[in-house]
Amino acid sequence: MAASLKNNEKWTRYKKSLRYSLYVITHPLDGFWDLTHEKRGTYAAANTILFLTILVRILALRYTSFQFIQVYWEELNIFTYIASILFPLLLFVVGNWALTTLFDGKGRLGQVYIATCYALTPYPLINFPLMIFSNFITVDEAEFYSVLGMLALIWVAFIGIFGMSQVHEFSFGKNILFMVATVFAMLVMIFLLMLFFSMVSQGVAYFVSITKEMLYRM
Amino acid sequence: MIKQITRIGAFALATATLVAAVTVLVPTAPVQAADRSYTYNYDYWGDVQDSPDLYSVCKVFTSSDLKLEKKLLNPQGLYVHDRSVFICDTGNNRIIELERTARESLEVKRIIDSVSGVEPATLAGPTDIAISEEGNVFIADKGNARILKCDSDLNYISEYLKPNDATLDQSIPFAPNKLVVDSAERVYCIATGINKGLIKYEEDGSFSGFVGATPASYDFKQYIWKKFATQEQLAKMEAFVPTEYDNIFMDRRGFIYACTGSVSQEDLKAGKADAVRQLNLLGDDILVRNGVYYDGKFPVYGDLYMGDGGGYKGPSYFSDVTCFENDVFVCLDKNRGRLFSYDDQGKLVFCCGGNGNMDGYFRMPVAMDHMDYDLLVLDQLDCAITLFTQTDFGAQVFEAMDLFDQGKYNESQHVWEEVIRTDGNYDLAYIGIGRAYLRQKDYKKAMEYFELKYDADNYAKAYRQYRKIWVEEHIVTIVVVIVLLLVIPLVIGRYRYLKYKFETSDAFKYDN
Repeated sequence: MAASLKNNEKWTRYKKSLRYSLYVITHPLDGFWDLTHEKRGTYAAANTILFLTILVRILALRYTSFQFIQVYWEELNIFTYIASILFPLLLFVVGNWALTTLFDGKGRLGQVYIATCYALTPYPLINFPLMIFSNFITVDEAEFYSVLGMLALIWVAFIGIFGMSQVHEFSFGKNILFMVATVFAMLVMIFLLMLFFSMVSQGVAYFVSITKEMLYRM
Repeated sequence: MIKQITRIGAFALATATLVAAVTVLVPTAPVQAADRSYTYNYDYWGDVQDSPDLYSVCKVFTSSDLKLEKKLLNPQGLYVHDRSVFICDTGNNRIIELERTARESLEVKRIIDSVSGVEPATLAGPTDIAISEEGNVFIADKGNARILKCDSDLNYISEYLKPNDATLDQSIPFAPNKLVVDSAERVYCIATGINKGLIKYEEDGSFSGFVGATPASYDFKQYIWKKFATQEQLAKMEAFVPTEYDNIFMDRRGFIYACTGSVSQEDLKAGKADAVRQLNLLGDDILVRNGVYYDGKFPVYGDLYMGDGGGYKGPSYFSDVTCFENDVFVCLDKNRGRLFSYDDQGKLVFCCGGNGNMDGYFRMPVAMDHMDYDLLVLDQLDCAITLFTQTDFGAQVFEAMDLFDQGKYNESQHVWEEVIRTDGNYDLAYIGIGRAYLRQKDYKKAMEYFELKYDADNYAKAYRQYRKIWVEEHIVTIVVVIVLLLVIPLVIGRYRYLKYKFETSDAFKYDN
């Protein structure tokens, strides 16, 4: 009985925090401040938004009209496709947190993650109807499609930037500076990761070939 | 031991997955099949699709097949007029006229090595010949630096010499290489070393200008380099000059197909140069390039893959082009010994051939022409003419196109369906069926077929009509739905308001 009540409380909180994302995207400054400082955002809601974003991107591959998206299914790997969304997001969150934490950023890693995910809200919100809409227009009306798609991205970027400034309690100029710096941090991380993985894979290949050689000779 | 290996395996797998995730950013080149059929096609994605033959070798004619006493030597020109085939036997300073007496036979009709009434009378390295509608013969007598105009019995009428144009260096000898004649006996000529376009002579033999020069490719990076280069470096650099055409062909409507092989891979891929162009009277390129391709329009430059393979690299080198009566044109690739055929929309019809010594393969194909729907290809090194005839499949494809052009859409559609039964990978057939349905106003079916082959332009045509009809049929429903969408919220709002008023009204409160 108590458990179900607790569950119910959690559920209400989850629903409330998810609905709060709609407030955040229309009132970014106020919204993001309360999101972390008043704890009106939850991990569950952030994960849901991220999941919806990925889901909409995958659905768009199949259900957008072929006039706008052509998919070479033979070479599509759903896992790398999902990774191509998650990986940059992860890099951004970690890179942003690692940098800002050195320069008086107030946001913790979890808060940066929640804020970033909340900033993604317009993407599924616009792109899902857009996907359906694409089936009712022709290439001549492609402008509607591309403008709306662009709008979603601009909106996401816009509130993302504001979100970070609220989470870290940065001034506008300092925030812009750190957004640019985050991009460089991401590049550095990609470079290090590639270096690491290429070295590891060469190291593994070395032992694999030695093992093979020994097996041949036994 | 097993456990350790699995651990290494798992680690390697994890690493591989992560590396794969990293390499998402790096595009991978498509892999080509090792073994492929003689004829092939490129689909929307640029993948090679094996295809049944549209053309197959009927017979290869060598010097001995033609019963020539003196063997062909370095022949460079081939021209077909009615049932006659002219071969410019350049190395032997003569032109051989053959007659096609039966499907598989060519017989020597006459050997042209001189004309009467002019000095010198003998030909020197003739490279091309053309015959006008009046029957006058035009010969590109390259070694003698002249174009000869003779009557049908080879009596000299006049000769065309190097244009007296100020922009031409008169010290370099005139070398007319290829020529065509239009219905008014105007001559268009390609001369070696002249890159201003085609030389145009009026019917009276006077030079009237250059037509259809390719635009010179030029970019900012090159410009900067030139600014800083020394004289020696400048001399080694390529000049910003238009490229010369390699060959020309005049179709039945008087449009000139001009092809060139001296274009770089980068320029072709960037769309800055054309391997083949269709020139109108003003010299503008009017070739339709409407083929569907994942990256813009389907490129009309032969093979899509230009990598090193089998000892050949670089783009296809179009050494000749010919156009059938139904506006399907065929280009001859000297580099890989292949034929590339496109329809009037620039969609690929077929590719076939290769380098080699077997029938249907070439070593140095330089000239090509067609007789009805048969193709004749001249190989300069083999000194042989390859005669291609249509297979049943090829005839079917052409029949479907012809039926469509005649407005017999239903028949055309049935023939295309037959084509698909033979080759389910033949994209043109799907689009053909779609176009036939479109003309028969069956928009829904047309859309299905266009969608299968990603033909967005045609799909848009069909869908626009389909949508229009749908809206017209359902206009009442649409209006009702819109009205309801407006009215229902109003009603609900009103209801709630009233309910709220009702519940909070003082009239219903207990007065304690």
